[in-house]
Amino acid sequence: MKTLDFLFQRLLKAILVVLGVVILNFMLIHMAPGDPASVLAGEAGAGDAKYIAQLRAQFGLDQPLYWQLWTYLQGVLTGDLGFSYRNQVPVMTLILERLPATLLLTGCAFVFSLVLGIALGVIAAYKRGSIADSLVMTSALVFYATPLFWIALMAVLVFSLHLDWLPPFDMESIGTGYTGWARAADIAHHLVLPTVTLGLFFTAVYTRLTRASMLEVMALDFVKTARAKGVPKAQVIRRHVLRNAILPVFTFASMQAGQLVGGAVLTETVFAWPGIGRLMFDALLQRDYPVLLGVFLVTAAVVVIVNLIADLMYRFVDPRIEAAN
Amino acid sequence: MTAQATPLLRIDNLSIPLPAGLDRAFAVDNISFDLNAGEILCIVGESGSGKSLTANAIMGLLPDYLTPTNGEILFRGKNLLAMREPELETERGRTMAMVFQEPLSALNPLMKVGDQIAEVLQVHGEKSADARNRRVLDLLEFVGLPDPANLRGAYPFRLSGGQRQRVMIAMALALEPALLIADEPTTALDVTTQAQILELIRKIQQAKGMGVMFVTHDFGVVADIADRVVVMERGLIVEQGPADAVLNRPQHPYTRRLIAAVPHRDAADAKAEVDGEMLLEVKGLRKVYSSGGGLFSKPRIVKAVNDISFTLRRGETLGVVGESGSGKSTLGRCLLKLTEIDGGEILFRGSDLVPLSASAFRPLRRHIQMVFQDPFASLNPRQTVGRILTDGPVANGVPYAEAEAKARELLDLVGLEVSAFDRYPQEFSGGQRQRVGIARALALEPELLVADESVSALDVSVQAQVLDLLQDLQNKLNIAIIFITHDLRIAAQICDRIAVMYRGEIVEYGPPEQVFDAPRHAYTQALIAAIPGSHWNPRLAVL
Repeated sequence: MKTLDFLFQRLLKAILVVLGVVILNFMLIHMAPGDPASVLAGEAGAGDAKYIAQLRAQFGLDQPLYWQLWTYLQGVLTGDLGFSYRNQVPVMTLILERLPATLLLTGCAFVFSLVLGIALGVIAAYKRGSIADSLVMTSALVFYATPLFWIALMAVLVFSLHLDWLPPFDMESIGTGYTGWARAADIAHHLVLPTVTLGLFFTAVYTRLTRASMLEVMALDFVKTARAKGVPKAQVIRRHVLRNAILPVFTFASMQAGQLVGGAVLTETVFAWPGIGRLMFDALLQRDYPVLLGVFLVTAAVVVIVNLIADLMYRFVDPRIEAAN
Repeated sequence: MTAQATPLLRIDNLSIPLPAGLDRAFAVDNISFDLNAGEILCIVGESGSGKSLTANAIMGLLPDYLTPTNGEILFRGKNLLAMREPELETERGRTMAMVFQEPLSALNPLMKVGDQIAEVLQVHGEKSADARNRRVLDLLEFVGLPDPANLRGAYPFRLSGGQRQRVMIAMALALEPALLIADEPTTALDVTTQAQILELIRKIQQAKGMGVMFVTHDFGVVADIADRVVVMERGLIVEQGPADAVLNRPQHPYTRRLIAAVPHRDAADAKAEVDGEMLLEVKGLRKVYSSGGGLFSKPRIVKAVNDISFTLRRGETLGVVGESGSGKSTLGRCLLKLTEIDGGEILFRGSDLVPLSASAFRPLRRHIQMVFQDPFASLNPRQTVGRILTDGPVANGVPYAEAEAKARELLDLVGLEVSAFDRYPQEFSGGQRQRVGIARALALEPELLVADESVSALDVSVQAQVLDLLQDLQNKLNIAIIFITHDLRIAAQICDRIAVMYRGEIVEYGPPEQVFDAPRHAYTQALIAAIPGSHWNPRLAVL
């Protein structure tokens, strides 16, 4: 199948998937008990039915569901994700405000885990059976098995409270008025704990994946061919083994990349990181439907887009893919 | 053989111990032989004889758990076993090179073939990219690959098996080594491709005066190219000498046994006409594969089986011969209705199988059984042999006790111990497993047996036994056999009639003597000309 065909089909599917996600989320949220009008009214201390009905009419919640969905979809198509009841701001504005913080965190975690994971995996495979190998694999297993929130809490306890090396939460020190490089350094300092916490699980996955894949490739015939050519061992590993072994790691990395927006809810909550994850968490508690739907939509769209990019890239990373299709 | 003071390669009392707990203590045990410059030495043996290990030991490519404990490998007078890895790396690829068995897996799938050849030049010090490129083009041309300028930019998966093996040879020749080790380089190739590669190796060897160590299990190949022969059995050298002596006057019983097992058609024993009742009539059978295709591209269509017709009587063996991609296996799958059929008729006992639905065909399935190629992959490792043999009959309504009694009978019939019933497939050798595979097919008392490359994964001596068994069973049970194979020699030896397939069509059809002695189609002629060792008659060697 030609790349053009492939792209066309995949784009069509991608649009359908995002549309499906929007509709499904819309229905699910409206099936959940409680609605924003009653929550808002409750917080305002007014339980009376007339006030609630007034709020509902204001937000359009008194319309039939299919009509609400239709209105919403029309908005989505024109780039309008609705209006946050709670914050009195357009949802798009809210999301765009929060997106950079999340992308910074998840992006750093992504690079951190990928680089460290592959490096450790290569070392473990290269020194198979050595103490280094056992050490790497044991720690990988520990971090693979430990829940993220526990690691986060322990990290705060040890590195912030006891050792006081790293700030325990937020993205910047408040009220310092840093600018330029000083501000960047301050943010970087705040980034360390959440990045490592979020990245450790994936580091463990990449380590195990890389090691297993390396060992598998090292046993293949072409590696022997390379050695028979007189290629030095380090070059055999780099040019022949790693290049082939990286393919399954790449597949998994594209899954992690899909979580760039939606995957940090827990970390952002624990570290009070001002990103999309926390926006979603707060919106959930407050029944802020438009914000929730907007976040879900953006998250789903990013997953779909990243998958599409990964599939396209795969065709370059592995020349056999196009032929196989 | 020319007498020389220092041979190019001298293996002197080499021993390589195996890890404890295996069936023998040494992979190779005190072996010694010489290889002179300008000669082709064939190392012959069956699987497990230690022939490939010896080749790998010379290159210093043994796995970590195997280390020679005794002896020397003297290459141009220097002991390779005493060299450290960096020193060996400067020899490998430069003064000695190796070509492997599997061209499909021996090339890096993610690296262009031109780059893979250039890498040899690069690691051995050729710094100029221009010079490397020129040499790559020369080499590709020298090994007879078409359009070198384009081909060097191709990835291995774009190349056929034969082309990949040519790339491997180009790589090995890049620095004109004094020693070329070829480990079964043609075993995975079609017979016509094999003939071309053998021709190429011989041509290069003569042009460059290299010493070639050629590892093979095929005496036909030996007869074609060897100057001298070393015969190995279970880690020992049992016989060595000039090719003519070993091939035509073998001394050791093992060599004699191997040579006796080489499949060969005896011109004298023309098969009698089989006049059993008509069992199978295939008329105009067609099967088309189409793949790919979308909005912007056309699907690729392959006529795998194109208008094929033949008949088969009870007690008759039809050989379906062809190279990879000829459609012979698809034909077998059609007969068992393991794949959709696109046209034609399969009249089995007079009624057409093609229009039958899966459920309507199910009761008939037991009458047509298949023996598969790979005795290791085709038996479920988690089931006992007894379970494997009784499952089919029980599923067809035979009471278990009866099926069990029958299974034990069958084990005896195919030459296995009756106690095999309670054991698992992995406890048996390849040949024994193929016997289990045959017993499994026979358990349903079929009238037609389709054997798809059923002996091609087996060593030649085991192959001969299984072929004998099949013929013996056919005589006893009067079943019809369709024997699908790439090996014309085997087909000629056991089949009553032969159908030669080429690109989905039968291009030649008739009794072996007609196909062999008066082939009409150009493809059949090429196929027969490519049979290795056709000038040599193994039957005369072991009279």
